[in-house]
Amino acid sequence: MTGHYLVLSAILFTIGGIGVLIRRNAIVVFMCVELMLNATNLAFVSFARMHGSLDGQIIAFFVMVVAAAEVVVGLAIIMTIFRSRKSSSVDDANLLKY
Amino acid sequence: MTGAVAAGAHQTGESAIFWILAIVSVGAALGMILTRKAVHSALMLAAVMFSLAVLYAVNEAPFLAFVQVIVYTGAVLMLFLFVVMIIGVSSTDSLVETIKGQRVAAAIVGIAFAVLLFVGFGHATLPKTAGLKDANANGGNVMGLARLIFTKYVFAFEVTSALLITAALGAMVLAHRERLRPKPTQKQLSKERIKSDRVSPLPPPGTYARHNAVDMPALLPDGSISELSVSPVIARRRTGDHEDLHGASPEVVAHEGAKTVKAVIEKPVEVEEEEQ
Amino acid sequence: MTTMNAVLAAGGPELHPQAAEGVQSVAWLLIALPLAGAAILLLSGRRTDKWGHLLGTAMSLGAFVVGVLAFFQMLGQHADGRSRLVHLFPFISAGSLKVDMNLLVDPLSISFVLLITGVGSLIHIYSIGYMSHDPDRRRFFAYLNLFVAAMLLLVLADNYVGLYIGWEGVGLASYLLIGFWQHKPSAATAAKKAFIVNRVGDFGLSVAIMVMFATFGSLSYQDVFGQASQASQGTITAIGLLLLLGACGKSAQLPLQSWLLDAMEGPTPVSALIHAATMVTAGVYLIVRSHAIYELSPDARLLVTIVGVATLLAGAIIGCAKDDIKKALAGSTMSQIGYMVLAAGLGRPGYVFAIAHLIAHGFFKAGMFLGAGSVMHAMNDDVNMRKFGGLRKVMPITFATFGLGYLAIIGFPGLSGWWTKDGIIDAAFEKGGTSGQILGWLALIGAGITAYYMSRLMFMTFFGEPRWDEDVHPHESPKVMTVPLILLAIGSVAGGAFLILGDRFAKFLAPVVGEPEASHRLITPYTAIVFALMVVGVGLAYVQYLRRPVPRTAPAGNPAVTFARKDLYGDALNESLLMRPGQWLTRLTVFFDNRGVDGVVNGLAAFIGGTSGRVRRVQTGFVRSYALSMFVGAALVVGALFLVRI
Repeated sequence: MTGHYLVLSAILFTIGGIGVLIRRNAIVVFMCVELMLNATNLAFVSFARMHGSLDGQIIAFFVMVVAAAEVVVGLAIIMTIFRSRKSSSVDDANLLKY
Repeated sequence: MTGAVAAGAHQTGESAIFWILAIVSVGAALGMILTRKAVHSALMLAAVMFSLAVLYAVNEAPFLAFVQVIVYTGAVLMLFLFVVMIIGVSSTDSLVETIKGQRVAAAIVGIAFAVLLFVGFGHATLPKTAGLKDANANGGNVMGLARLIFTKYVFAFEVTSALLITAALGAMVLAHRERLRPKPTQKQLSKERIKSDRVSPLPPPGTYARHNAVDMPALLPDGSISELSVSPVIARRRTGDHEDLHGASPEVVAHEGAKTVKAVIEKPVEVEEEEQ
Repeated sequence: MTTMNAVLAAGGPELHPQAAEGVQSVAWLLIALPLAGAAILLLSGRRTDKWGHLLGTAMSLGAFVVGVLAFFQMLGQHADGRSRLVHLFPFISAGSLKVDMNLLVDPLSISFVLLITGVGSLIHIYSIGYMSHDPDRRRFFAYLNLFVAAMLLLVLADNYVGLYIGWEGVGLASYLLIGFWQHKPSAATAAKKAFIVNRVGDFGLSVAIMVMFATFGSLSYQDVFGQASQASQGTITAIGLLLLLGACGKSAQLPLQSWLLDAMEGPTPVSALIHAATMVTAGVYLIVRSHAIYELSPDARLLVTIVGVATLLAGAIIGCAKDDIKKALAGSTMSQIGYMVLAAGLGRPGYVFAIAHLIAHGFFKAGMFLGAGSVMHAMNDDVNMRKFGGLRKVMPITFATFGLGYLAIIGFPGLSGWWTKDGIIDAAFEKGGTSGQILGWLALIGAGITAYYMSRLMFMTFFGEPRWDEDVHPHESPKVMTVPLILLAIGSVAGGAFLILGDRFAKFLAPVVGEPEASHRLITPYTAIVFALMVVGVGLAYVQYLRRPVPRTAPAGNPAVTFARKDLYGDALNESLLMRPGQWLTRLTVFFDNRGVDGVVNGLAAFIGGTSGRVRRVQTGFVRSYALSMFVGAALVVGALFLVRI
């Protein structure tokens, strides 16, 4: 079954990646990032089972922690940008360019 | 891929669960990136995460399954929803892509990436699934994880705690808004109101029998719409006009408006004099 | 040197000077005194304004006293032991280049020492009066002292490096003194011109020194002259020509003559000391000092004589056309130095007359320049002779001293010029052959022209009706100025006879330049011709400038007069031959630099700038574009991994 899980993980990861590329709402972009993280977690968990070792689950656990921290800070940044620019579109924050 | 599928006694049940959840999660993920409204995306993400939680459980990771439900669906997604609420549910994406060729490129690259991964998995020779019976033998899954976290990965764990504290502080700093001038007192507020153009409160919205709703603008004595009577947040979200009130098209509206104005002009004098 | 050379074999001068004793061993004082004076006056600032000129004069006089004592000590020595070396210190010791700073006290250098310090001291004294109203008098005396020190180093050094240092030192002093009145643009330009033209000559001298070092491995006179006969003829001729180029620059000989006329922008005592009596004769000294080289190269010698004759005629012609009294005298100086160079090029019979004429000229020309200064002093610094006239009654002492100098220069029998100039003309004829005849006759004609232009100057200035400006009230100069004039006039009258009679000077100089084959004949067939030409010249000037009234503005004149007035188009020639091509060259270089070098550099920069201007468009600022790039990168990495693993 591991192969099935991996394929599912890859599909979810790719969907998340495409979402990051095509969505402009910063919150949705963030959700897509979370989806990508979750997809990798699935791969880790299935690998843990395949190898009969808990290390993969530990990694997944740490990924969750880091993702939680990332979400907190990321959403705070989105709020700050929204406050000053009245927009949550990632395309509107494009001053840093040529 | 098929070669990688391991055989097992409990395969049938797991397969069923996998296929159901795989379809659900992929569908929800696609829905997440395709719906226009952020709230809908969040709900779709919740579906994906629940599916994944179940898949974790199937994969002999009960602790992670619960953590997934509690942390992701419980905490992270709530956080998302809060932010959506603060920023405004109205902030929907427009369907027009501003960057030329971005969608096509994203689709091509995404599919190419996925195909690459599939090819990789297809060529990979995965060993037989070992199962976690041995690992979870001594006190179960939670005890096994705890043993690893507090021995082998204790340093990473401690670093993670530092990361969480830093993230919490960073979020506070970022979300905190410095007050640049003192909070206005009641006296100042009332004075400003007297000085402003409008002393009285804003007109209330819709006062009609058929449409007694907050998104209904009030009509002024001359029959025109009072923009002030509707909250700007709601006005922005209003998708269509109420046909029975304003007519089907702008022309009809104008006609109706003209009629109303005429009716007012025909006998205004007495009314005004009476009022005075 | 152990090797005997041709000069020695031919009974030439002794080249092994002994160590100096007595006063001569402190000959360094000659240089040190005026140098100290210059240093004190330049460094001490305004504190010495009150007595600075006295200090400067005292230092010059002190040097003169040392020089006189050294001279008398030399007279007491045997003729063979008169070359004495004063060891000072090792100057340069770099690899095989070893230069010791030694002073060579011999009859030739002591003659110059006496001339420089003697005339120099008189001019110092004269300047006390002449510059009394100048706020910068202290600086003037500092520069004068600097000049005296450098000039003494030039003549006293026993090697070409020391000579070169002195050479550059006098060039510097000359530059500073010509441009002494810097506020006058003409003076500043003239100083610059003198410096630049001298640079051409100095270039020749420096290359000559390098060639000498490459050939002989040493730069002291002793080694160079001792080994000269071993060098190839070509090398010797090259050295001789390069030295001649140096001499031409410093002595204002053709083709580097153009700076001397402009140098008259300096104060008159400077013109007298530097640009008449001493510095401009350094070229003659150089040639005479290097006689061992010239004696080995007839070609170089011939060129020296040609340069001398050409310059003596050119200077004389320029002198005829100038209305500016100082420029007329400057032309005359050019001409007289031409005589000296001619004599120096004639070889052993000429050296003595070259130096004797140099000394006599130093007296009478310095006297006349100082006289001209005295006249200018009286005429409110006007230099235009057409506004003079009739000054002999107002300024009797100036007139008398100037007149004696005038008689000396035109070669009036018995006076200095007659003895020395006739000697030179005689020596030219004695050279023999066609070249001797040509040189002799040209020198004769030059003597006639000299008589003409000097008489013209004399008549226009001191005779005839006064043509003064209305506000000019001429008066005789103070004693501090007239006494030097009188002393110089005595030198003008008696100097020549003293030197030439009985071959006194020839015998004195013999240890250095060798003894002439025959003693000088006082009366030669040419003496009469010279006298006749002189009378003709004076008569012509009398008819033109004394019998007829002199117009206050210069008449237009024919093309020949214009030619002379424009300095024989020397400046125009320099401009068209050197300056314009130089400017074209610089413009071409600038063009090449701007278009070629800068073009490549700027083109490259523009290419890079343009490319980056296009490439930077990639930085759209859209985070999604960056994310796409990252995703592409990730896909490529995954692809690469598969390529490697599968």
